Amino acid sequence: MKRPFEFIIEKLVLISGLASIIFVVLIFVFLLKEGLSLFGQENLWGFLFGQNWYPISDPPQFGILPLILGSFLVTLGAIIIAVPLGLASAIYVAEVAPSGIRDVLKTGIELLAAIPSIVLGFIGIVTLAPFLKNVFHLSSGLTALAGSIMLAFMAMPTIVSIIEDSIVSVPKSYKEGSLALGATRWQTIYRVILPAASSGILAAIMLGIGRVVGETMAVLMITGNAAVMPTSFLQPVRTLTATVAAEMGEAVAGSGHYYALFAIGIVLFVISFAINLLADWFLHRGKKKRKKR
Amino acid sequence: MQNSKLKIIETNKLNLFYGAFHALIDVNLQVKPRMITGLIGPSGCGKSTLLRVFNRMNDLIDGVKISGSVKFENKEILSDAIDLITLRKRIGMVFQRPNPFPLTIFENVAYGLRIHGEGSRLVLDEAVQKSLTAVLLWDELKDKLSLSALELSLEQQQRLCIARLLAVTPDLLLMDEPCSSLDPLATMRIEELMNELKKEYTIIIVTHNMQQAARVSQECGFMLLGELVEFGDTKQIFTAPRDKRTDDYITGRYG
Repeated sequence: MKRPFEFIIEKLVLISGLASIIFVVLIFVFLLKEGLSLFGQENLWGFLFGQNWYPISDPPQFGILPLILGSFLVTLGAIIIAVPLGLASAIYVAEVAPSGIRDVLKTGIELLAAIPSIVLGFIGIVTLAPFLKNVFHLSSGLTALAGSIMLAFMAMPTIVSIIEDSIVSVPKSYKEGSLALGATRWQTIYRVILPAASSGILAAIMLGIGRVVGETMAVLMITGNAAVMPTSFLQPVRTLTATVAAEMGEAVAGSGHYYALFAIGIVLFVISFAINLLADWFLHRGKKKRKKR
Repeated sequence: MQNSKLKIIETNKLNLFYGAFHALIDVNLQVKPRMITGLIGPSGCGKSTLLRVFNRMNDLIDGVKISGSVKFENKEILSDAIDLITLRKRIGMVFQRPNPFPLTIFENVAYGLRIHGEGSRLVLDEAVQKSLTAVLLWDELKDKLSLSALELSLEQQQRLCIARLLAVTPDLLLMDEPCSSLDPLATMRIEELMNELKKEYTIIIVTHNMQQAARVSQECGFMLLGELVEFGDTKQIFTAPRDKRTDDYITGRYG
């Protein structure tokens, strides 16, 4: 016979544990219900690959390809900037820095993660955008490139801390073995430690992408918000997230526009779900590989 | 002069501190080439520390202070002027737990040559075959060179780690309890391998297994609490130790 107190606590913990799953399912069901209503008036192909997003013209056009490409371009740029920087700084923190500097750097990276995205957004507007405008002689600095640079800062903390973790968890014996053969520190890092940490590095990149794809406020502020097919980094673009954020307030509930925004939500959900799954798979693979030893 | 040719390693008043802990106390040791020298003693006596002085692996640990002299082929290796990369190429180390890199078998053996700038496939191929042959793995593995080294059995991994050293043609092999994670049969085979290797290489082996030291080594040192208590011919150490502490240890009174 269990004591009643134990019983209550046990059930409470169980319910809390299940809550997250229930919420995810409920949100997804709601998204599906609202989003799928769009496909009474628009086919899936036209939605995903249509090149025109004119939701309030008559007749409305709900092609989100420019938005998908906008998100893709901004994310690609951010990752191109954040991954090499993040990798290098993770290597420095994990393998090179003396312990005093290491602590300062780790704190700094955590602080970077603590900056609200809206703050990064307006700093981007007042400093980065004018700078890009002058450097590239543009009519406006609010471009995909500006978004990429700001988002790279937001992805950095995730990328650095996960790569650092995976480097630190590479068995010390690899390092010793390599150094004892007369390898230099750098040879040891790039020939042994990085390959051994590769799963973690891939996972870090995936989670960085996830962070960037889902980001809304900063990109809404500094990418210029033009829902046109992007052709270059120096052009204003609009992302999936920014579209929902900007238009949800004015879309009439029950209209095609409203449903289309929910359908965009489904697309975002699927993308980040896939990315997280992939990241998880990489992390898991890394752990399994290590266990084999 | 004749005398110094008979020593590959010579330490003189070697003292080592980890912070305030006195880990090696006035160690004077002479290791002769082309034979196996054993170092025995209870755990924590400093035998692994001593081994790690010879290839300067203690440099990796913060707060280590060393004084005295250690000569490798009559050259002082404790001086800052010594080139660690060359030193570690000439003095290889086998660790307690086999530690092959998470690379292919081929790349594990080729690793040492690659980091020292060898890029020719022909040279690498030849060195890999020669080294694997020397550790008696070639026939087993010649068709599996692109397999991950982590797929091998522990004994094979330890052999591979030895092959990895042989590829860079060292003069001295340091073995830090190389059989402690192997079963008795694998241990026996590694010991046979050591007997083969001593024809061309000098080996210093640290072991807590007295029988192993008695089986494989020609000269042997007994360490206790950081001191090299006794050093000499292995037979003499095990049958007629001069020091009472050695006698107590080998007869199993502590350890």
